[in-house]
Amino acid sequence: MTTTLQTPDIVPVTQTRTHGPRRRRSSVGRTLWWFALPAVAVYLLIVIIPTVQGGYMALTNWSAFKLDANFIGFGNFITLFHGDSGAAALRTLFIAVATVLVQNAIGLLLALMLNGRLRGRNVLRTIIFAPMVVSPLVVGYLFKYIFGPPGTGAINVALKSFGAQQIDFLGNPTSALWIVILVVVWQFTGSTMIIYLAGLQGVPPELLEAASLDGAGTWAKFRHITLPLLAPAVTINLMIGLIGGLKIFDQIFAITGGGPAGSTETISTLIFKYFSQFGEYGLSAALAVVLAIGVAILSLVQFAVLRRQERNA
Amino acid sequence: MNALKAGRAGAYVFTYGSSLLFLIPVYLLVNLAIRPAGDFTPAFLPSIRATGDNFAQVWAQSGLPSAIATSMLITTVSCLAILIISTMAAYPLARSTAKLSTTTFYFFLIGLLLPAQVALLPLYLTMRDLGLLGTPWALIVLYVGGNMPFAIFLTTTFLRSSVPLEFEEAARIDGCSDSQVFLHVVLPLLRPVLGTLIILVGVGIWNDFFSPLLYLAGSGITTIPVAIYQFVGAYSTNWSLIFAALIISMVPVLTIYLVFQRYVIQGFAGGLKG
Repeated sequence: MTTTLQTPDIVPVTQTRTHGPRRRRSSVGRTLWWFALPAVAVYLLIVIIPTVQGGYMALTNWSAFKLDANFIGFGNFITLFHGDSGAAALRTLFIAVATVLVQNAIGLLLALMLNGRLRGRNVLRTIIFAPMVVSPLVVGYLFKYIFGPPGTGAINVALKSFGAQQIDFLGNPTSALWIVILVVVWQFTGSTMIIYLAGLQGVPPELLEAASLDGAGTWAKFRHITLPLLAPAVTINLMIGLIGGLKIFDQIFAITGGGPAGSTETISTLIFKYFSQFGEYGLSAALAVVLAIGVAILSLVQFAVLRRQERNA
Repeated sequence: MNALKAGRAGAYVFTYGSSLLFLIPVYLLVNLAIRPAGDFTPAFLPSIRATGDNFAQVWAQSGLPSAIATSMLITTVSCLAILIISTMAAYPLARSTAKLSTTTFYFFLIGLLLPAQVALLPLYLTMRDLGLLGTPWALIVLYVGGNMPFAIFLTTTFLRSSVPLEFEEAARIDGCSDSQVFLHVVLPLLRPVLGTLIILVGVGIWNDFFSPLLYLAGSGITTIPVAIYQFVGAYSTNWSLIFAALIISMVPVLTIYLVFQRYVIQGFAGGLKG
């Protein structure tokens, strides 16, 4: 841990100062250690203690109807496995993977275009990033109207005026799922693009010029120079997208409410449903633990991949 | 050469075309919100008789005015508390070489892996026992605690990598006490990372729907997303009115975004990479 490899010269401007561990002996820690106490206290109160309690709850049959909970081991997890949450977990994973793939493909292309000399590129960046700051719930309602049922939804009314067949987009499980994916992509492609743009700052133009002089085409330059240097940005985007996708809640809540007939239910909406509608506290906590494990695995993979890339760079 | 030209043209079409696709929902949003009641022209056709009536009606009938005030209060207080508490903790964590300090730092990092859902119900009971349910304080405490891992991670790593120790040593030699060094030397140097932190944490708190839905339920106090949720529930088919409400709810955050655009985008790029 004490020897960090020297970072090469080809790094984004913001990182040029990272030379080795620069921690020197300092007396600050001894006199100001109590500065950390408020943070530790609120962190214990809000994160650590409730999480440990929640982890224990997942092993009990506590519910709104059974307040003196018994320890039942992995019973909740077995119930989950047999119930409809297996389907919800797969669906959540599908949403996460689909949004990440589409979002990264579009985000990377846009970043490559908006990194070059393009008329109005700052305006385009502003527009594409803007949905990112808006509440996912609000965005959800907007799209719920656009894809509304025959007779009222914007697209359906347009279809009707063209004399075309109207479609019940949100009443059909498959199209409802794809609309959720579209909404997430619409809102978060901007942030994916911005991270790629930041990564592109680290691609030295001299290298691309040199390759051009050697006769490399656009694709060859992208494949052998730009893409390898973008590797950390790719990792970050994939992981942020996957983790965000696994936790998806607001959009489902606003657009489909989990319907039709539970066909767009995700892990997070099920946790909420078990908790608030069914009063199945133990079961709800167990499902949350499953989600936690999924997210933790992804986070650790991200950490490991980034570390390896740093070492290989 | 022709293939190259075609490729370039395709790329332009893709870029401008997709930007246009990004704008269509916004066009519909505005177009419908300015449409008078009883106007049933298809949504894609521009509204000819534009009116501000929907906005006035929403302002008068929805809980949005007070929700905006509540959201501002909660976001401001939470952000301030997060900044103060996390920078205070980050300083000894970044500078001290004691083993306990390293351990504490890693202890905070664990929090980045724990999703809030596991803690959901126990936390709800804690808030109830503390008597905070139905008050903005429940949310403020929740946001401060929940954001501690990320805030401390960001500020501590920034302190370690980008703030040279020399300034602090010089100030110490000139007779500053440790807390004076922190206040007058370290804090000003932390400005860039604090900007990033405010943007990322602030947007997250401002847009959070789930926590206020849970913790403010039945209290009569709402934040913007909850007010929107209630308004949509009450006027489920009047889309012109709903869209006016959505626009009102978006104005504060979009204004801040447009004014501080450069910093917001930088903040996201820097913070998410962190």
